[in-house]
Amino acid sequence: MNVLQALNGSLHACMAESEQVYFLGEDILEPYGGAFKVAQGLSTTYPGRVITTPVSEAGIVGLGVGMALRGLKAVVEIMFGDFIALAADQIINHAAKLRWVSGEKVRVPLVIRTPMGGGRGYGPTHSQTLEKHFLGVPGLRVLAVTALDDPGGVLKSAILEDDDPVLFIEHKLLYAKPVISLVESSEFSLQRSGERYPVYHLTIAGSPPPMLTITAYGYMAELARQAVQRLAFEHEIFADLVIPTQLSPFSLDPLLESLAKTGRLLTLEEGSHTHGWGAEVLAHAVETHGPRLQAKRLAARDMPIPASGPLEKSVIPDVEGVIRAAREMIS
Amino acid sequence: MTVRPSPDDVELYRQMLRIRRFEEKVLSSFSSGIFYGTTHTYIGQEADAVGVLACREEGDIVVSNHRCHGHFLAYGGSMHALAAELMGRATGVTGGRGGSQHVQWEDFYANGILGGTIPLAVGMALAEKVQHSRRIVFAFMGDGTLGEGVVYESLNMASLWSVPILFVLENNRYAQTTPVQLHLAGEIADRFEAFSIPVAEADTVDVIEIHALANKSAASVRAGEGPRALVLHTYRYGPHSKGDDTRDPEEILRYKKRDPLPLQGDRLDPDLRQRVEKEVEAEVAEAFQRAQDDPLADPASLTSPLDIAP
Repeated sequence: MNVLQALNGSLHACMAESEQVYFLGEDILEPYGGAFKVAQGLSTTYPGRVITTPVSEAGIVGLGVGMALRGLKAVVEIMFGDFIALAADQIINHAAKLRWVSGEKVRVPLVIRTPMGGGRGYGPTHSQTLEKHFLGVPGLRVLAVTALDDPGGVLKSAILEDDDPVLFIEHKLLYAKPVISLVESSEFSLQRSGERYPVYHLTIAGSPPPMLTITAYGYMAELARQAVQRLAFEHEIFADLVIPTQLSPFSLDPLLESLAKTGRLLTLEEGSHTHGWGAEVLAHAVETHGPRLQAKRLAARDMPIPASGPLEKSVIPDVEGVIRAAREMIS
Repeated sequence: MTVRPSPDDVELYRQMLRIRRFEEKVLSSFSSGIFYGTTHTYIGQEADAVGVLACREEGDIVVSNHRCHGHFLAYGGSMHALAAELMGRATGVTGGRGGSQHVQWEDFYANGILGGTIPLAVGMALAEKVQHSRRIVFAFMGDGTLGEGVVYESLNMASLWSVPILFVLENNRYAQTTPVQLHLAGEIADRFEAFSIPVAEADTVDVIEIHALANKSAASVRAGEGPRALVLHTYRYGPHSKGDDTRDPEEILRYKKRDPLPLQGDRLDPDLRQRVEKEVEAEVAEAFQRAQDDPLADPASLTSPLDIAP
């Protein structure tokens, strides 16, 4: 099973389990099933609760907020993550505020799913990683799935169990990746902590004590996993990899625990470098462990994402870059 | 339209007067420093909220905007809780969290982002439709809001999915300080009609006329005929908020000659009218005094759910 199938299966399961779940988005009807096919089969199985919409990202997110306020569980698909900018007002000024402003009297159980990220040559407005702009918005939860463990389960929790608005980030390149179950891997030891939205802690099975802590989420976690493996087998550098599912509100205790052992932090993200997620991780790490922490941030260069393959590759972090940065930190 | 006094006349007058006296008290008290933030008063527009919301049935939803005091009072919200909210008291509608333009209570939702509330209102109407509740949504907006793009996305979907919503467009002829002729092209009604949303339109401050129009539109909405729009041309006597009035005083005076309050008050028995006026004055005085005596909101309340009972 790949990540796409896991997410699609999860949507089917949610709609089967609760008649309150409504799915809205652009071009989501069969036989198309959405630009990335995550909605495949939904409109024929649940025709009354799957609504194909006009090209109105702000409008449909706002409608989802309204539906959530009135007893439904709305799932809104935004075709490309870049388009989330159009819905920023609805997310920041409405969805995220209502529960608090009402004095906890109302809830907004809304999930906004959207694919972010580059690697497919779509160019400056269809390849971005924009979630950093939504991190730290009080009242909004931002989640990013990986190929690890149970991505469908994370989506199901967000839809059926969460009372708060969730921005659910899916990286385009994850869809085709096979889901890696916790028990399958013989090379890694993979631990899961946290309840609804897990933090994964990955180490090379049977390795010496870790020398470095790497943290990444989403598709970058997959690159980091490959890097951790090669660092161990090709360079004898042993790293802990800590992968959060929930980016905001910030909660990364397993990372801080790992840093107590390694004293070295490497953050990896696909968003642009400055003012990014890694900066916040680093701030928490320094506040906890003090200025003697050695740290480095890897991220996309501070420029738009180009379309041409070689140009795009030069902007977004890759496995080689992670290995290089780790080696520099250890030497 | 022939207008006759009806038994509801007293109540309509009382509701308009409650808004008028409340807002006058807000404006006159501002300089004494008892309020936090700013305010947007509804003086002059009272007939809209009162006439329209007199059509409201139990469970109906009201979505309001930055100029929400009149809508809130006409909805049945507590005057004391609203005064307390403006004063940042623990007993305010939202315990001091929202202030003047973020009032949420029961099925009433106001927010200070122009137009941002309209897709929410359409989503709520869609939810009520698919849940077969028979509830309808009243969504208030002003002429200034017509500059926001998300409004048109929302009108399109409201019509496309035939949701039970009555859009109430109050054209008070100014977006803050900018007159409507400097910010709006074309006709207001055309905007709704372009999406096949039938429009009732009136240039009036007569609460009975507005109520009759709203009743008809609301009945169509309630009957499942899809969205309707009510375009009400009105005028606000007060500044946009406070101290930001650049309008020609002559123009304000001209509109004051068609004040909704005396128009309705003159239909009442003079003794009854006087009694209502005394009662409302006492209500406003008591609401403000009680609110001022209430404790300020406690920062400790920010971390726990509030128990608010306006």
